[in-house]
Amino acid sequence: MAMADVPRGQTKASAPEKDFRTKLQEWLPKLVLSPSLALVAIFVYGFIAFTIYLSFTDSRILPFVGADGQPTYDLIGFANYEKLFKLSHWEIALTNMAVFAGLYIVVCTAIGLMLAIFLDQKIRGEGMLRPLYLYPMALSFIVTGTAWKWFLDPGIGLENIMISWGWESFTFDWIKNRDYAIYTVVLAAVWQTSGFVMAMFLAGLRGIDNEILKAAQMDGASNWNLYRRIIIPQLRPAFLSAFVILSHLAIKTFDLVIAMTGGGPGRATELPATFMYSYTFGRNQMGIGASSAVIMLMTIAAIMIPYLYAELREKK
Amino acid sequence: MGFLDIDNATKSYGAVEVLHKVDISVEEGEFLVLVGPSGCGKSTLLNMIAGLEEITSGEIRIKDAVMNGVHPSKRNIAMVFQSYALYPNMSVGQNITFGLEMHGTPKDDREKALADVSKLLQIEQLLDRKPGQLSGGQRQRVAMGRALVRNPDVFLFDEPLSNLDAKLRVDMRTEIKKLHQKLGTTIVYVTHDQIEALTLSTRIAVMNGGYVQQLGTPKEIYDNPANLFVATFMGSPSMNLLDVKVRANGNAIFADTTNGAGEKVSLTFTNPSETLKSYDGTTITLGIRPEAITDPEGADHRSTHVEKVENTVTVTEPAGSDTFVTTTFGGKDCIARMRADTEAKAGQRVPFAINMEKAVAFDPKSEARIG
Amino acid sequence: MAVASSDTAIRTGRVTRTFLYLVLLLFALFYMLPLYVMLVNSVKPLSEITGGGMMSLPQTWTVEPWTKAWNTAQIGVESTGLAPYFWNSIKMVVPAVAISTILGALNGYVLTKWRFKYDTILFGLMLFACFIPFQMVLIPMATVLGKLGLAGTTTGLVLVHVVYGIGFSTLYFRNYYAAFPTELVRAAQIDGAGFFQIFWRILLPSSGPITVVCVIWQFTNIWNDFLFGASFAAGNAQPMTVALNNLVQSSTGVKEYNVHFAGAILAALPTLLVYIVAGRYFVRGLMAGSVKG
Repeated sequence: MAMADVPRGQTKASAPEKDFRTKLQEWLPKLVLSPSLALVAIFVYGFIAFTIYLSFTDSRILPFVGADGQPTYDLIGFANYEKLFKLSHWEIALTNMAVFAGLYIVVCTAIGLMLAIFLDQKIRGEGMLRPLYLYPMALSFIVTGTAWKWFLDPGIGLENIMISWGWESFTFDWIKNRDYAIYTVVLAAVWQTSGFVMAMFLAGLRGIDNEILKAAQMDGASNWNLYRRIIIPQLRPAFLSAFVILSHLAIKTFDLVIAMTGGGPGRATELPATFMYSYTFGRNQMGIGASSAVIMLMTIAAIMIPYLYAELREKK
Repeated sequence: MGFLDIDNATKSYGAVEVLHKVDISVEEGEFLVLVGPSGCGKSTLLNMIAGLEEITSGEIRIKDAVMNGVHPSKRNIAMVFQSYALYPNMSVGQNITFGLEMHGTPKDDREKALADVSKLLQIEQLLDRKPGQLSGGQRQRVAMGRALVRNPDVFLFDEPLSNLDAKLRVDMRTEIKKLHQKLGTTIVYVTHDQIEALTLSTRIAVMNGGYVQQLGTPKEIYDNPANLFVATFMGSPSMNLLDVKVRANGNAIFADTTNGAGEKVSLTFTNPSETLKSYDGTTITLGIRPEAITDPEGADHRSTHVEKVENTVTVTEPAGSDTFVTTTFGGKDCIARMRADTEAKAGQRVPFAINMEKAVAFDPKSEARIG
Repeated sequence: MAVASSDTAIRTGRVTRTFLYLVLLLFALFYMLPLYVMLVNSVKPLSEITGGGMMSLPQTWTVEPWTKAWNTAQIGVESTGLAPYFWNSIKMVVPAVAISTILGALNGYVLTKWRFKYDTILFGLMLFACFIPFQMVLIPMATVLGKLGLAGTTTGLVLVHVVYGIGFSTLYFRNYYAAFPTELVRAAQIDGAGFFQIFWRILLPSSGPITVVCVIWQFTNIWNDFLFGASFAAGNAQPMTVALNNLVQSSTGVKEYNVHFAGAILAALPTLLVYIVAGRYFVRGLMAGSVKG
């Protein structure tokens, strides 16, 4: 057989030292990982630090230019934050966020759970229905927004359709109505992601040990009790994941509002993400824009960090 | 100087030392088995020999060359893994020659080596298949082929039979032993199965808690265990351990206990050690292997010291070739290995023949061997 | 999702089952509605839409809205149609997906098979980067792209998408390689294979499914992005989503809804096709980003 002389280590006389290739092999993994780490360090954490710093300066347009057009690096403490929370515009954005996120999370979870439970009853055509429920996730929010924008438009959409079908008195102008426009955004957002929540719950349901269910039935549990007492409690991880994913999506909602309502009518559908964008790029209030972004980051961090920490710990 | 020297090798993870000053010298052509319960450090030691884990202190040498810090591929070793670790995307032939390819062996030589090895292991008809299409035993052969083709100085086996079913395991065990006898290679073999250790090895290192408890030939390990751990870990059914009271009477030393009926039983030690005398009047642990307790007709005729004791049978377990009969001494269960056709029945009082030449004594606190 | 549901213990009566099917079908209609509206109205003349016929099938079939959306519709100030922006998106997506997937595969390989101290923390930091609100990086990114001379360019967008895509691609490959037997890597080490040889010869040939998952996820995400495109791309380098939004929001002239719908479908087509062809992998990607395993 081959391989008579393979290179060997040093003889006993010399101190045991690693050869070059071994050393290189030990360094390669870290070397390979480092470009990604560098990118993330600069473009994510460096930028976060930068924006936080910016939020404490009075810069107006592209970083560090003050109201007078001169460079400014002066720290002005929490002045931007104080101004921010005095702005009625920001208050509206926060109120809208609360309404939007609350409804979006609850409705998505309810619909997702219901569809998952229904689909889990040996439904014929499940293979057809599942992809139908899920395809909106593959679409851009701009596309979704466009479709819903015109479908809900009183001039040509639902209201017009109903009238042309003979229901003369039908009115549906929520998308143009200051009090109701936010609910149309909820509708479109639910349409887009509830199928995904369904898939998460369905995976959870399929992961439950069937023998437990059989045992519960032997114990005489009705279907209702089976779900209420045995199955749904076991879906806790799916509920948690759904909550985390949905709340993070809610806080980041931007494209959908831009496409559907542009934040209007008036400021009726303004959300923090659109607020930040218009103050930073539209109104040359970069300091305030930065401070609103910091608030968004803190909210998401409060939800994501404990979740990621728990997930990564478990996997060890 | 041996062929493979493990010299004061220790392994620590942070502040935790998991392997304490291991000293083993393996001669060329030896079959060394590292055996012990999971977590005893045997696999860690094997990985250190392979170069897959660093040596914290001490030295490992192969053919007098220090291996500390040398890349695994440059130690001229080969390893058979527990899961076989066959590359799933390569054919059997490619799996076997991958190592040669990585070392830059010319294609013709690789083909030749592959032909030799596959003939030796009778896997010629499998060379074009993928590992996923092989049975457990075939995978095992391919994994060995991959090791053999490199013609290494030392073969390392990491529990190679533990994924096979019981019958196949016995067959492959014989196969490995034949291969070793035929090729005369140096092997270090890790297992938790004491029967594998006894059947395959020329020498055994019994490990526990990061220490080598005893290093010796299978016979030494089995007949003269250094301590209570080695005594109970090796052998199946496990060695009987009885609490007995030492009583010295002139030169003779007795082990006093009771039988199942509460009657006094006195056994005499064969050639008692001086140490044992110093235990006069205290309780020690007496170890007797099941095969040293038999029916009188089945007693070892070469033994010069067999004692007969009557006792009550609690359970009999026919195992085909033998029947295991359980009785009690001093309130503790004691298993005797009787002939298959023994007439002992539960509840009966029958004679037991105890081969005292094979009895060993341990200090119950330190668990060290005392006689 | 293929766990034996065939012998599920739950039994339902006939009435209940009818109800189940009814609800499920209603929701199917709900999910199909916008797609139907877009499709059906993209092939009818504008007059039929404004006349209250949004839900009806076209009386006159026409492909004119499609050709107009593709070739001549006014986007911003120019009447170029969406075509150039479609190609912008392609030029942005292909390199961004390729680079982020390759980096993710290498990162996943290092983080599972060459573990070192604090590797989990580093991975956690990379992963968190996927979830930050990107408003947080818009200002410095605009500055840095300007300094690099990449402001307003497709190259700049590629860089942005690679940076914020690494977290997820690393997550996919890390979870996948974590289940890949480490003994194979050790065997290859003993066989003399080096870091890249092990990756190339041993891991990569078995990485087909996860590569598909990762590519689809990155493709969908990057194609559908609007925020970065709107923030960093100058007029004629804009991606498809931004152009579509410009088309729909333009306030000049008559609102050509049929052209808007055709444009929306054009913008949705690539991701929709990927979903139809490889939906299974898309769902796997979605789940891997949210639920354990």
